[in-house]
Amino acid sequence: MADDEIILSELSDDELVQQMHDDLYDGLKEEIEEGTNILLSRGWTPYDLLTEALVEGMRIVGEDFRDGILFVPEVLMSANAMKAGMSILRPLLIETGAPKLGKMVIGTVKGDIHDIGKNLVGMMMEGAGFDVIDLGINNPVENYIEAIEREQPDILGMSALLTTTMPYMKVVIDTMKEKGIRDDYIVLVGGAPLNEEFGKAVGADAYCRDAAVAVETAKELIKRRHNRLAASA
Amino acid sequence: MPASNPLADLLAEKGVLLADGATGTNLFAMGLESGEAPELWLDSAPEKITRLHQDFIDAGSDIILTNSFGGTRNRLKLHKAEDRVFALNKKAAEIARAVADKAPRKVIVAGSVGPTGDLLVPLGAMTYESAVDSFSEQIEGLKAGGIDVVWIETMSARDEIRAAAEAAVKHGLPYVYTGSFDTAGKTMMGVHPRDIHKIAADIGDGPLAVGANCGVGASDILSSLLDMTEADPDAIVVVKGNCGIPEFRGTEIHYSGTPPLMADYARLAVDAGARIIGGCCGTSCDHLRAMREAVDSHIKAQRPTVETIVERIGPMRNAVAGNAPAPTRERRGRRG
Repeated sequence: MADDEIILSELSDDELVQQMHDDLYDGLKEEIEEGTNILLSRGWTPYDLLTEALVEGMRIVGEDFRDGILFVPEVLMSANAMKAGMSILRPLLIETGAPKLGKMVIGTVKGDIHDIGKNLVGMMMEGAGFDVIDLGINNPVENYIEAIEREQPDILGMSALLTTTMPYMKVVIDTMKEKGIRDDYIVLVGGAPLNEEFGKAVGADAYCRDAAVAVETAKELIKRRHNRLAASA
Repeated sequence: MPASNPLADLLAEKGVLLADGATGTNLFAMGLESGEAPELWLDSAPEKITRLHQDFIDAGSDIILTNSFGGTRNRLKLHKAEDRVFALNKKAAEIARAVADKAPRKVIVAGSVGPTGDLLVPLGAMTYESAVDSFSEQIEGLKAGGIDVVWIETMSARDEIRAAAEAAVKHGLPYVYTGSFDTAGKTMMGVHPRDIHKIAADIGDGPLAVGANCGVGASDILSSLLDMTEADPDAIVVVKGNCGIPEFRGTEIHYSGTPPLMADYARLAVDAGARIIGGCCGTSCDHLRAMREAVDSHIKAQRPTVETIVERIGPMRNAVAGNAPAPTRERRGRRG
């Protein structure tokens, strides 16, 4: 429809940011790339662009996912569009030394090949400004331990979709306890067969029912941790 | 609907059939370790698979599902067994067939086919054709081992159901499929329970039965059942719900549902129009026996409401599937 055709470069900054929220919602990758480049050319800092256009847009997507308005296919399209914008911004963010919210190591547990939910969490966390190290699927406890020792993340995230694999989360957390490193990290768990009670029982800090909740929980727990560290300093 | 086949015949004879309970959680109870593939026990501990089938039949199951849920190459790859798809699936079917054939009554052997775990294009890398090939390879093994019907379960994507159905038809087998309605009352991919019927209507003679399995709790799946039977009162609908909610007790996973609760779940399922009733995660033989007794003694009563279900089975974990047809947002303009 020619009448509706929107020329991104003709929009004001505010309008363009709004439009990028809409385009993220609709999973329009090329439009997000174009919008990102336009705002950069207008002198936006990579960090402001990330937070105001991309992170805010993904927050809206996350809310509608949480509320059962959007489902996995739509959110994956949105996350892919966000990633396209991120890949333009990432080198610039590093160059400009933009602040990071935190770092997360994430992986699906041993025996489980499901990575849809885990990927969504990774993408949304990245979209919210976290560094994400993705260990992929089928991770034995050694992989998790090695990765957290190497990466020193703030958060460890584990995912499982099968009833046969979800108890493995406890194996990982118990190993962390044995090594005396459990409390050095925030441990988040997620996956379809899990629930809050399960998260508590395996010794995680929180169960996150979806990617949007994971982002909110991660932010909240990191804030609390900082406060605690500040108080004890 | 397909012509004569053992499942259709038994449905006609008995009206309502009892399927089996959980495979994964029961194998845990027999010593399967978290992260191990249940399918590998077909080779390393076939006597345990035989026993599980036997226990289900002794508890009253009319239908048993083969231990082949993760039997596609996509999933066996994880255990470096992707080159044994045919052999493992054939064995899964043979073990179940042998137990069923010894039973004092007719027992149907349904070949369990679970999701590949991969995303179809454009969301992921798996093409529709390669999905059909994966399922076809698995079903070929199941057929060689003697299954009566292909049982496509725990599905969330419409096209993956279609691919598995197409593979079943390719091998001349009737098929049943069930979705897992675990996300805000719909499948993870957004399929509403009421839309389950038409997904594969054009593939072969259409499904023999459709329905729901796994998902979240027993109340939630009964609510999905109401949606399914309302959308097509003539369809043969399956409901195979989890035995309550998983919880840890010490190091053991325990499901909150008791045998009396699962018996009441079975009665409500009958009232809501289900023709095939079983259990998923956490459903043991004790639960199944209670369900058998309930199905046999219960006289179909008034169709329950969601309120009745919640009153008798407990609160829902998720909201009832919404009716919003598509995401809508206040928009400034839409691209052409």
